[in-house]
Amino acid sequence: MGTYVPNTKDEQLRMLKEIGLDSMDQLFEAIPKEVKLGSPLDIPKGMSEMEVSSKMKKIAGKNKVYETIFRGCGAYRHYIPAIVKQVTSKEEFMTAYTPYQAEISQGILQSIFEYQTMICELTGMQVSNASVYDGASAAAEAVIMSKERKRKKALVSASVNPMIIETITTYISGTDMELELIPVKDGLTDLESLKNKLDDNTSCVLIQQPNYYGLLEDGDAIGSILADTDIKYIMSCNPISLGVLKTPAEYGADIAVGEGQPLGLGLSFGGPYLGFMATTEKLMRRLPGRIVGETKDSQGRRAYVLTLQAREQHIRREKASSNICSNQALCAMTAAVYLAAMGREGIRQAATLSMSKAHYLAERLCEIDGYDLVYEGEFFNEFVTTVNADVDVVLKALSKHGILGGYPLEGSDRRQLLWCATELNTKEEIDSMIQILNGVSG
Amino acid sequence: MKLIFEKGNKNRGLDLMPECDVPIRQVATGYERKKELNLPHLSETEISRHYTKLAKRTFGVNNGFYPLGSCTMKYNPKINNEMAGLPGFSDVHPLQPIDTVQGCLEVYRLAEKYLTKITGMDAIDFQPAAGAHGEFTGLKLIWAYHQDRNDSRRDKIIVPDSAHGTNPASASMAGFTVINVPSTEDGFVDVKALREVVGDDTAGFMLTNPNTIGLFEEHILEITSIIHEAGGLNYYDGANLNAIMGVARPGDMGFDVVHLNLHKTFSTPHGGGGPGSGPVGCKDILVKYLPSARIIDIDGRLSFEDKNEKSIGRVKDFYGNFLVVVRALTYMMTLGSEGLKDASENAVLNANYMLHKLKDTFEVPFGNGRCMHEFVISLEGLKKEKSVSALDFAKALLDRGMHPPTMYFPLIVHEALMVEPTETETKETLDEAIELFKDLYNKACNDPDAMHNSPTSTPIGRPDEVMAARNPILRYKF
Repeated sequence: MGTYVPNTKDEQLRMLKEIGLDSMDQLFEAIPKEVKLGSPLDIPKGMSEMEVSSKMKKIAGKNKVYETIFRGCGAYRHYIPAIVKQVTSKEEFMTAYTPYQAEISQGILQSIFEYQTMICELTGMQVSNASVYDGASAAAEAVIMSKERKRKKALVSASVNPMIIETITTYISGTDMELELIPVKDGLTDLESLKNKLDDNTSCVLIQQPNYYGLLEDGDAIGSILADTDIKYIMSCNPISLGVLKTPAEYGADIAVGEGQPLGLGLSFGGPYLGFMATTEKLMRRLPGRIVGETKDSQGRRAYVLTLQAREQHIRREKASSNICSNQALCAMTAAVYLAAMGREGIRQAATLSMSKAHYLAERLCEIDGYDLVYEGEFFNEFVTTVNADVDVVLKALSKHGILGGYPLEGSDRRQLLWCATELNTKEEIDSMIQILNGVSG
Repeated sequence: MKLIFEKGNKNRGLDLMPECDVPIRQVATGYERKKELNLPHLSETEISRHYTKLAKRTFGVNNGFYPLGSCTMKYNPKINNEMAGLPGFSDVHPLQPIDTVQGCLEVYRLAEKYLTKITGMDAIDFQPAAGAHGEFTGLKLIWAYHQDRNDSRRDKIIVPDSAHGTNPASASMAGFTVINVPSTEDGFVDVKALREVVGDDTAGFMLTNPNTIGLFEEHILEITSIIHEAGGLNYYDGANLNAIMGVARPGDMGFDVVHLNLHKTFSTPHGGGGPGSGPVGCKDILVKYLPSARIIDIDGRLSFEDKNEKSIGRVKDFYGNFLVVVRALTYMMTLGSEGLKDASENAVLNANYMLHKLKDTFEVPFGNGRCMHEFVISLEGLKKEKSVSALDFAKALLDRGMHPPTMYFPLIVHEALMVEPTETETKETLDEAIELFKDLYNKACNDPDAMHNSPTSTPIGRPDEVMAARNPILRYKF
């Protein structure tokens, strides 16, 4: 059996004797007989490290790692600088817990403070928290933040990623908040519909920029519509795109949220990812989760500490703004190292390259008969096209060459793919794929 | 120490991105970012050293003894990290065709098999990303259950006053009203009081067992029956599961739904505050409400079933913190049935060993000299006589190179310090810690002022938390 118990059986017996006991069983006398297990757990016996390693490698071997990926939908393959993994694998960072004891946790606390600063810079907002679980729960928490005594209806664009919409729905079910979808027109939030849905009960309007279809929403128009109201403007954004795209702050958003996975986190079959949340000073005390603040110590030295804890569960219990305790701290640090390594120029480049590759890809795809852009609007690095064969046929053909093609959109009569390109997709890869697609029919 | 923004200069940077090999596309007019973007301008040398310096100012389980009660800071095995780093796990897109991710589905299936047996539940859902997230999910299952039976009057969740803060916070978030039930003088759930607060508005009851003072609720079957008889369901907070693996199971104690903390009981690293994983387990009656689509095996091919229409809906994107589950599965495979039981037995032994040797020096308000995997000491007496508080004691421990126990929790113990050594500590480490605690106790009696001034040997002294909250500085200003 594998074990991490260092004390030998002899040492254990000695310890038992020292405390006046003869056997391990006696340690569990408080457990009623009816509850105690009478037989060993019905799971396999333990294994040596070598055997476990071999077994897990076999399981990993059943997964296909695509050489080339043209699919996004909330999980994006970007280049991760080597320094990122080196830093985040440092054992002090990996094996520490939440920095409750500030005096020996300045490393973690300072890195979170730096992360918070970087998220503020990226989004243009004034205050950021230390992270939440992912982009979807971040959006849900933002919707909850927007609630006022008389404003409990969240308006969410139907052009937001369906997983985000579903998560928000789950979070507010059973509470006095409700969710209403704003319909989509030509792939974009229908502004007329939005205007008609606004009323004194509306707590917020939430859009995604770029949206699920990759299109750029008219964030200015929505900002104008909401400008003189008490309705909170929530924008869920792609952090890489903010290297070149207008920030939520410039659109007049009250809360910026998003999925931070593109900032140095691998695809990892969906997790762990990173939810970032940033807001105005005015809404600061509604933010869920940990926040690190700067202060001084008893000798006047600059120091970092968890702060505004009166919002949190360990102080406020049932009155807390959220129940979050453990967040995604190491993932936040990953994002901070990534942003530090990339710097402003690097992020701009990643964004520009992603956008350029995507537009080149779109252009070349549309040269193929039967491939057309479904929507006309401006896009960042994702877009939808029709295809000239069943999507399964197309995708299988690509898969044979180690290419993960665009994502087949549901309810699209099996003939629409949502494509994505990032700085990792070379011209050669794109040209190669076009050749393959040219050979696909039926 | 300087912030990362206070280092470097404008023209420094790394050379990470290639030239563009396709026509460069600029942002369309009206969508461009105009606001300045300030990020660090550093060479790789500077970045690397910066984080090395930060690591020196960080204390993890890998640095030393970390007896943080209720957090189960056990050793994080390296093999787990290596497995999580395999490209077959880390480079897989969550939306790949099912046939190309059979290994990922197998990880979830196997982990579910292990955890259902360990907990006595019928199904496990890995979507929740942390314990609190699991609590929220589990409570929504209870809510859905009552809604489905048209019993929406059930809007109360009962929580012991000794419960972890996330319990009532999760209940509120899930749309319930929280009813607190007091503990007895001996630190257990007051069964009489419980009988008085249950009614036809009781949706459920939340409990961790062993409870938050490290004692096993002996009346557990009676407690869970009371709730069931009143028409409610029982929720098990799995934070303290490390005490009973292979010995007892929440499923046999009358619990209907549980959450687990993979970053506690199952050895995955805490990461400075995450990522964790808080899978939810439940009995058959609640399976249809789970957030995720179930994984099924048809002739050896794994796939997702259509999600049940009664599902409460997802609680985050994709499937959960997959790489954390990979680590936990590696751990469970390594330990196996005997190893898991051995871990719990030694966790309880180590805690009792420490308690036995400290109880003559320190006040231990509950347990009569025995405990499960953790115990709580009270410095109330020391505070009264020498004005040395739990906080002072903890800060003095920092000067001696040890991470303090959990302070001021649970709320039912004054000046509490909760000690959880875990099973991965050697007898020598425990003996050293015991000597250290006793030594500091003497110091507190003879030189209380020194305790008030500690720590003095750490990178900073006590931070001014009042100032931090009153005048929040939450980012660097360029």
